[in-house]
Amino acid sequence: MRPLLAVDDLAVEFPTDDGVVRAVDGVSLRVGRGEILGVVGESGSGKSVTAMSVLGLVRPPGRVTRGSVRFDGEELLTLPARRLRRIRGGRIAMIFQDPMTALNPVVPVGVQIAEAVRLHQPRLGRAAVRARVLELLASVGVADPARRYGRHPHEYSGGMLQRAMIAMAVANRPDLLIADEPTTALDVTVQAQVLGLLDTARRETGAAAVLITHDLGVVAELADRVAVMYAGRVVEHGDVHQVFTTPRHPYTRGLLAGRPAPATAPGDLTPIQGSPPDLLAPPPGCAFEPRCALGAGRTVCRTSRPERVAAAGGHVSACHLREEPV
Amino acid sequence: MTAVRPAVPRSPAAPAARRFLRNRMARAGAVFLACVGLLALAAPLVAGHDPNAVDLAAFREPPSAAHLLGTDSSGRDVFARLVHAGRVSLLVGLLSALAAVALGTLLGALAGMFGGPVDAVVMRAADVVLSFPSLVVVVVLAGVFGPSTAMLVLVFAAGNWPTACRVVRGLTLSLREREYVQAARAFGAGRPTVIGRHVLPAVLPQVAVVGTLLVAQLILLEAVLSFLGLGVQPPQASWGNMLTDAQNLTLIQTMPWLWLPPGLAIALTVLAVNFVGDGLRDAVDPKGARS
Repeated sequence: MRPLLAVDDLAVEFPTDDGVVRAVDGVSLRVGRGEILGVVGESGSGKSVTAMSVLGLVRPPGRVTRGSVRFDGEELLTLPARRLRRIRGGRIAMIFQDPMTALNPVVPVGVQIAEAVRLHQPRLGRAAVRARVLELLASVGVADPARRYGRHPHEYSGGMLQRAMIAMAVANRPDLLIADEPTTALDVTVQAQVLGLLDTARRETGAAAVLITHDLGVVAELADRVAVMYAGRVVEHGDVHQVFTTPRHPYTRGLLAGRPAPATAPGDLTPIQGSPPDLLAPPPGCAFEPRCALGAGRTVCRTSRPERVAAAGGHVSACHLREEPV
Repeated sequence: MTAVRPAVPRSPAAPAARRFLRNRMARAGAVFLACVGLLALAAPLVAGHDPNAVDLAAFREPPSAAHLLGTDSSGRDVFARLVHAGRVSLLVGLLSALAAVALGTLLGALAGMFGGPVDAVVMRAADVVLSFPSLVVVVVLAGVFGPSTAMLVLVFAAGNWPTACRVVRGLTLSLREREYVQAARAFGAGRPTVIGRHVLPAVLPQVAVVGTLLVAQLILLEAVLSFLGLGVQPPQASWGNMLTDAQNLTLIQTMPWLWLPPGLAIALTVLAVNFVGDGLRDAVDPKGARS
């Protein structure tokens, strides 16, 4: 079956005063209908830029230099602006990291949701739009929506505001939700609630989702498949269960080993040594080589880029040493 | 437990209004302008005389009960002319400032939002306009088309939009990077929609400040041009052309009622508008306000 979203060999560059930064360098992803893809990786690994380029919203001077983004069979990168606008917020909706900054602070929350509805259903009357917004707010668990409709973002709590953001995202029954670290800005106590709500809202509309996060626990719980990104590339991609039980890339192994277990004492964490490469001058070979427990110093790792190789069950990884034991 | 509404304002307008009203000069300016505006609006009711009625039997008469501010060289009532002139001067100032600011805001928002070639064209056009002395342009156009009030408004608007344009462009450039603008676009809003929903409401306070200060400048410019005979044409009175009468030394020394009222009207009105503009600026931008 044709995937809902197919990203192939995507590259995004940002020219800077010090040279060109390749924030995304050859990313390929697949998301099937109704499926959740978890995208994990550390800050700067290209997760958010990948998400924004799907919607054609890479901030200038950054630009997509290569690749293709096909949504439901349609190439988005070359789509005329007018048709792209209909897809944004209509068939693909985005949930931002921090609802406090993603909503205009001087416009009432209800009005902003109404605007999102009206953009895609321009024929809907004023009363009908308002009714729809109240229904949406109620469905995401905002108590007393009629009173909250006219309230500004600063009168909401963080969790409540992210609920409103989710309501806004599902307002036009999208086929795909892109959630860019949807709980990072929230208190730990409400993170689970909001994630649960996100999953419920997604299920009700039958939407697929791309869940960008650096919380492996969240991915394990919600996602069907996972893509691990490092330095602008996908280093491992596959079924969540498979990737978590039999990780093939040393970076994924490092991430999994770095998780605190319930019994871990402070100081007993196993971090990945070193720091991510400078994207202005990436290593010529494998980007992870300098930090790699297996490949550090090996000639093949230092000089040539590992290709992506698929194993059984569509489990893809990009490492020269994938056959070696852990 | 009862819910306590936090004492936060619903919108930024309320504290701005409070800051404006705390400013004594701005308050005085606003009150003065309100009086001038009322007098101008009610000119036919308060004038008592036809501003253009010539009475050659009673020219250059000093103030009296019949003529509150005396009569001019053609025997016209100075007070009647003063209040009617206020209509013209205020109207030209307000209309042309409004037009200039509207044009500048629109172009500035487009330039800031679209960037690239749109930005380049608009900003170069602004540079060109700024490098023309608008006085000279009006003189030339007055020569070509004959002077008229409508022409004044058009030329003032065409020559003064760059100030607002630059301010709005700068603000738009910073607004464009806000996450909520990015979010609005991710929800399918086009750039014109973003301008209408997020940019214009946000730049309105600054635009109001620029516009107010521009009103003062343009009232003054209108007075200058009318004084030179290139603006509002007699017999229609404007504060500027009322001063034309006082172009000789004897008149200035012996008949102050001819030039003092329109001169004071111009000076005080411009001063008041500037006070209001300053007050608005401080109210809109609390960080830049003097203590």
